[in-house]
Amino acid sequence: MNANSDNLIQQSQNVENVESNNTIVSIQSLSKSYWREKFEIPVLKNISFDIPKGEFLALMGPSGSGKTTLLNLIAGIDKPSDGKIFVNNVDISLMGESQLANWRTNCIGFIFQFYNLIPVLNAYENVELPLLLTKLSKKERRERVELVLNIVGLSDRMDHSPKQLSGGQQQRVAIARAIVTDPLLIVADEPTGDLDKHSAEEIMLLLQELNAELNKTIIMVTHDPRAAEKAHSIRHFDKGELS
Amino acid sequence: MLIPINYTIRSLLSRKLTTFLTVFGISLVVFVFAASLMLSYGIEKAMTDTGSENNVILTRKASQGELASQISRDALNEIANFPEIEKSKDGTPFFTMELYTLINLYKKATNSMGNVTIRGVAEKSFELRPQVKLIKGRKFSYGKNEIIVGSNIEERFKSCKIGSVIKFANTNWTIVGIFSTDGSGFDSEIWGDVNLFMTLFNRGTIYSSMTFKTNPKNFEIVKQKIAKDKRLNYIEPKIEKHFYKEQSEMMSSFISVLGTSITIIFSIGAVIGAIITMYSSIANRVVEIGTLRALGFKRRSILIAFLFECMLISFIGCFIGIFAASFLQVITISTTNFGTFSELAFSFELTLDVIKYSIIFSVIMGFIGGVFPAVRASFLSIINALRMDV
Repeated sequence: MNANSDNLIQQSQNVENVESNNTIVSIQSLSKSYWREKFEIPVLKNISFDIPKGEFLALMGPSGSGKTTLLNLIAGIDKPSDGKIFVNNVDISLMGESQLANWRTNCIGFIFQFYNLIPVLNAYENVELPLLLTKLSKKERRERVELVLNIVGLSDRMDHSPKQLSGGQQQRVAIARAIVTDPLLIVADEPTGDLDKHSAEEIMLLLQELNAELNKTIIMVTHDPRAAEKAHSIRHFDKGELS
Repeated sequence: MLIPINYTIRSLLSRKLTTFLTVFGISLVVFVFAASLMLSYGIEKAMTDTGSENNVILTRKASQGELASQISRDALNEIANFPEIEKSKDGTPFFTMELYTLINLYKKATNSMGNVTIRGVAEKSFELRPQVKLIKGRKFSYGKNEIIVGSNIEERFKSCKIGSVIKFANTNWTIVGIFSTDGSGFDSEIWGDVNLFMTLFNRGTIYSSMTFKTNPKNFEIVKQKIAKDKRLNYIEPKIEKHFYKEQSEMMSSFISVLGTSITIIFSIGAVIGAIITMYSSIANRVVEIGTLRALGFKRRSILIAFLFECMLISFIGCFIGIFAASFLQVITISTTNFGTFSELAFSFELTLDVIKYSIIFSVIMGFIGGVFPAVRASFLSIINALRMDV
């Protein structure tokens, strides 16, 4: 990690530096297009809005409306075609690939629709994975992993492989992995999309608790209105624009 | 930060069949590679062990060995007076003049004829080569039709046991002893009284070679003296160890080239197998790669993880190949040495060099097999990998 990237991340993590308006994500004139052979396909068109700290935001809209693309851009796994994204007052659109990788480790927690756990690692090792990219000692890592697995209610399943867990339990492990680095933002792409009703409710309850009790900012893409109801606010997308 | 090693190891274990087949393919290639090197080293060892650094052998120039060499007794007597030749226990110069020729005997295994070396020796021949040990029977008596045979000849040719009689030079010879030098080329020879052989082979006063003991420092002096003397300059002195090593070079080079060629062809197959294994492994783990990248692991971590995975397969294959090849050491092969036209028995020799070259070879195979898939894995776009759109 170079000094420049260190500074950006430190700045990004320093919540005290946030402007008085308490904005954690500021999206300014953001556009994103993909190219399929010779054709440019616009996915996001000149989007601008702010997300306050501690927000639980649901992004909704039909397939292809650009909500997942926006989530990927905020999470720093994709680059905008135009416009800027400030996260904690740092313009992540200016970061290089290596800087972004370090930034993601420290600032973003990912929750995926299909959990994306590493099948050959057990629950403990899956949760520990992002911590291997930090300077924490083995003992510190263990304390953190045990703490978050306790928060998601899976302290008795640490040695279980993903195959030995139900869908809901796997998503809990994924949530534990997302919060273990104590990130600024949690981005969740259809976190209940692969779960039955009961498990989906449990996961939404857990996300609500993380938001309310640990003050985590959560940005969630969902098609499920019941899941969206649990969020503080909902933004609808249609054809790459906010509707 | 590197991706943990247990991820790589468990990923391999989770694909037991493809991992096993790839390891098996690589171990086969390493086995063939190691075996050909072991054979080549075995021939070299058999011949190198035949000679000593302290002995000098004289043969006719351009004779390519003792078989075609002819040197007159007068010339050899002249050289025998050189002060550089060490003295034996009885105070006389430490040298021996020998006769070297071939006879045909029937092989036990194939019932076909093979060329066997006959060496006419004197008492000092035994003193010059203290590695020659009688393992059965006794030494032949000078002036009598008695011979002793090397352990490889006893083992591989018919009628070569103690008490057997074999016929050559129109004479019946009784075998009275078996000798061994622990695997050198002498073990594939028959020894008898040189004076008797000279008479019965009608050689007059023409010997095949002369061997004498000297300080290696004096070798150049002896060489210069022989080269400057017009009566002697058709004779070529060589350090005995180097002389016998040269005799094996043609054959060991042939086996090395043949073995290496076969190995290269095999290795292409094994490398392609490793590449396919790694590509399919990556195809099955695209989402994992995308997830690892999203979590913050960098391209080089992915590259190293996949390269390490292929290298690990290759290393395991390498050690299995070498382990299997090590059992070849119990096998002794007997064939005609192109350098001397005589039968030579040798073993597969597992040396540190064989192990070193096999490891280097498998590292190269692992690297070639892993580098292209690993580069591909590391350059996957995170978005496409998470969508499995690759």
